[in-house]
Amino acid sequence: MSKISATDPYAGERLKLSPFYPRAKVLNIREAWAAWNGYKFAEYYYDAEYEYFCIRNSCATYDICPMQKYEIRGRDAEAMLNRMVTRDVKKIGYDRVAYCVWCTDEGRMIDDGTIFKYADDHFMLTCGSPCTAWLEKSAFGFDDVTVTDVTDAIAALSFQGPTTCAVLKKMGLSGIETLKPFGIMRFPFHGDTLTVSRTGFTGDLGYELWIPAALGLQLWDSLYAAGDNYGIQPFGEAATNMARLEAAFIMPAMEFNEALRTVHFEHDQTPFELDLGWLVDFKKPHFSGRAALLAEKQRGPKYTLTKLDIEGNKPAEGSYIYKNKRCTTEIGYVTSAMWSPAVKANIALAMIKTEHLQGELWAEIYYEKELRQYNCVAKCTRKEKPFWAPARARATPPPDF
Amino acid sequence: MSRYDAIIIGAGHNGLTNAAYLAKAGLKVIVVEKNEYIGGAAVSRELQEGFKYSSCSYVCSMMRQALHRDLDLGRHGLLLVPYLGTVNFGDGDERLFSYHDEEATHHELKRHSPRDADAMHRFQTDLTRYSQFIRKTLLRTPPDPTSFKPRDIMEFLYLGKQIWALGEKEIYEYVRFFTMSAAEYLEDYFENDMIKAAMASPGIIGTALGVYSPGSAYILLHHVMGDVDGSIGAWGLARGGMGAISNAIAGALAEHGGEIRTNAGVQKVLVRDRKAIGVVLENGDEIHAGIVVSNLDAKRTFTRIMDKNDLPDGIYEKARNFKIRGSSGKVNIALSGMPKFTGVPDNKYLNRGGQAFTGSLETMERAYDCWKRGRWSDDPFIESVIPSAWDPTVAPPGQHWMSNFVQYCPPTLADGAWTPEKRDQFGQTVIDKIERYSPGFKNLIVHMEVRTPHEIEQEIGLTEGNIFQGELTIDQLFFNRPFPGYAQYRMPVKNLYMCGSSTHPGGGVSSACGANAAREILMDLRRTNTVPEDDFYDE
Repeated sequence: MSKISATDPYAGERLKLSPFYPRAKVLNIREAWAAWNGYKFAEYYYDAEYEYFCIRNSCATYDICPMQKYEIRGRDAEAMLNRMVTRDVKKIGYDRVAYCVWCTDEGRMIDDGTIFKYADDHFMLTCGSPCTAWLEKSAFGFDDVTVTDVTDAIAALSFQGPTTCAVLKKMGLSGIETLKPFGIMRFPFHGDTLTVSRTGFTGDLGYELWIPAALGLQLWDSLYAAGDNYGIQPFGEAATNMARLEAAFIMPAMEFNEALRTVHFEHDQTPFELDLGWLVDFKKPHFSGRAALLAEKQRGPKYTLTKLDIEGNKPAEGSYIYKNKRCTTEIGYVTSAMWSPAVKANIALAMIKTEHLQGELWAEIYYEKELRQYNCVAKCTRKEKPFWAPARARATPPPDF
Repeated sequence: MSRYDAIIIGAGHNGLTNAAYLAKAGLKVIVVEKNEYIGGAAVSRELQEGFKYSSCSYVCSMMRQALHRDLDLGRHGLLLVPYLGTVNFGDGDERLFSYHDEEATHHELKRHSPRDADAMHRFQTDLTRYSQFIRKTLLRTPPDPTSFKPRDIMEFLYLGKQIWALGEKEIYEYVRFFTMSAAEYLEDYFENDMIKAAMASPGIIGTALGVYSPGSAYILLHHVMGDVDGSIGAWGLARGGMGAISNAIAGALAEHGGEIRTNAGVQKVLVRDRKAIGVVLENGDEIHAGIVVSNLDAKRTFTRIMDKNDLPDGIYEKARNFKIRGSSGKVNIALSGMPKFTGVPDNKYLNRGGQAFTGSLETMERAYDCWKRGRWSDDPFIESVIPSAWDPTVAPPGQHWMSNFVQYCPPTLADGAWTPEKRDQFGQTVIDKIERYSPGFKNLIVHMEVRTPHEIEQEIGLTEGNIFQGELTIDQLFFNRPFPGYAQYRMPVKNLYMCGSSTHPGGGVSSACGANAAREILMDLRRTNTVPEDDFYDE
């Protein structure tokens, strides 16, 4: 749709701007911009760690406009989605959101995302990477289904942190405290509708706000006015990555390589390998990858994504995992690692060969100190639960802070 | 009468830490606390509806990561958030902003002195290097220099190796550091007086020394050797106030089956056959236990709750002469809005840091002169922070509470004892000074809690209101703390231990004293050690 500009010869290569950009620009005082799906996107605004602490201590917004959003309508919408994703879409209630993954026929994961069910013939699918081609492919053979890319039509803000419910109440969204996790509510907003879902990517109390793009700035202004005394702060990619790792959520290009962009054999992953077996429903009718996934379930996945608490304080970034302290038998690799300021632990997600999960786990960690390289071998302990899961994230009504 | 394996006297953060580790090792422990609330000086109380003051300690940097992690304090509700910039106020209109970003701070320093801006890098590097060594000793028991026990000799060898690894020059530097004044030390780096004053202020906090007093350089180091998540020198605030730290440790204690009894002041430690066997509470109740651990300061322990006749010769005198001088006051203020300071931009990140009314070295030294004469400073040094600027749990939305740490304030006045009227005059002096920098400040005041050393001693039980449980001067540090020969947490009466800040490594909300004492106790009881051997945060 974008036109070739007569005046700017580089227009085609410049980053697109989110509807929130005019406000985000002012607040990005460190000019720390990166890109996501071709949009100018903040790495951080002031300081990544500070923004992370706003998510854990007060409240913060994350511009999710660059996230892909598709509207799926029609009598066959549900059946089409049900054939595409591994979860049973029929089981999603009205005005509910479900986290889903979808796979190739070989059971390799293409992407993950969320499905919003507005009506039997009206859904929204969100995901990290553009997915039109796969959606159209999935719609093949269904008579009454239309897929519309609404990414640019909707402005969306993820609003996360312990004071978010108090701020939304202050903003006048009465009854928001009754909204349960993964629920959806609508509120009149400047003659249109503000859709609020109790979803997010931080493992904390939080909401996602969806509004027609033209009303984006009004939404931002209302939210920031209400949040002024509640520590509101925009956050970027860096803080997101910290928060999501504490919540043990997977990230594309970290935990998984999208199957449709994977060159090397089995360098992509399956839901079982990513410890997302609970998302695969074999009781429902046929879906993409079913046969391969069923076989894998019976056989057991080669690798299993594992939550690790690692001794010491050196993040095990890029580390290999060994089954012995002498590091002679390699059994896996770390996908994401960090020192968690909230949990005060050295945490990581790692892909470990399933057969070795029960034994000892050792990470060989390399780190630098004033240009000199050091390494150490640290004992790893497997964790069953997410590193960070405060009660407020599940409570309804949630506390005010 | 109830029987326990261990009684810990005082539910301050070190007492709770000590108890948690003993309980974790399987001991039946009870913590007895004179107040109706726990936390000692790491406490948060709602004295005005909606405002939760951290009445005494107000920021945290010393808390040992190894203990925080080991006791799983995060799960017990503790979140330490590093705070952002600082504004230093000069005597006049000058302001010095320390931004969160080092390079932004460099440019700000350049505005005052290009030379000092460059020197700051060397200063920070040197301080970090000195801290490295001290930090290694925090979770270790000091060796006894007169002992030939293999353990003490090994510990000296360890320390020798650590010092030697610093290089020859640094060994001389260390000796200087322990004996110099903060002001003299800073001479080597800075020319600008306001910068010097700003950098010297950690050298006097909590101590009855001035910026020109020998020994204040070490206090400076003591205040910058902590860290928040490995960022050395950074300070943080506990979400929910400093009480959240004590409450989290109490949570860990409860998890391991320990008990806390509040409103249970100890009248006397029971000693029989030169062995501590329990305590008598103020209400007459007796509690017996195999060991007794005092989290009170050394002076209070040996002169207030011990019978002089139960002590070996000389101990009572040592305790009486223990240097524990009150020097600071605290003014906690509830505000109806965020104060605005002249010459300070409306930068919310700066607001989320601290305000330090440091003036010049001369102002600070003159403030100390008042203390020497038995008066509170008429132009005091104040270190302030507004925790509610970032912590949504401690004040109603849009309203704030401001913590003001004030020096100097003597434990007794030249013209007689503290009275409520004099206390209020002291509070007035403080808000008058803030008003000078923030016109209209007084109109924002909703409630005030003024605490002189007298109140701190009465409420918390710190002798003279000294926040460190004894001065951090070299005669009272490391193997001299609290007394030479008694630095390994065992006291002169068998089965009696100390676990408070009167022991190594001294004051600050570090939990290290309590943890180190627990390790020694478990060693004596031949129990498996439950205390982290070393701080894993060593590099």
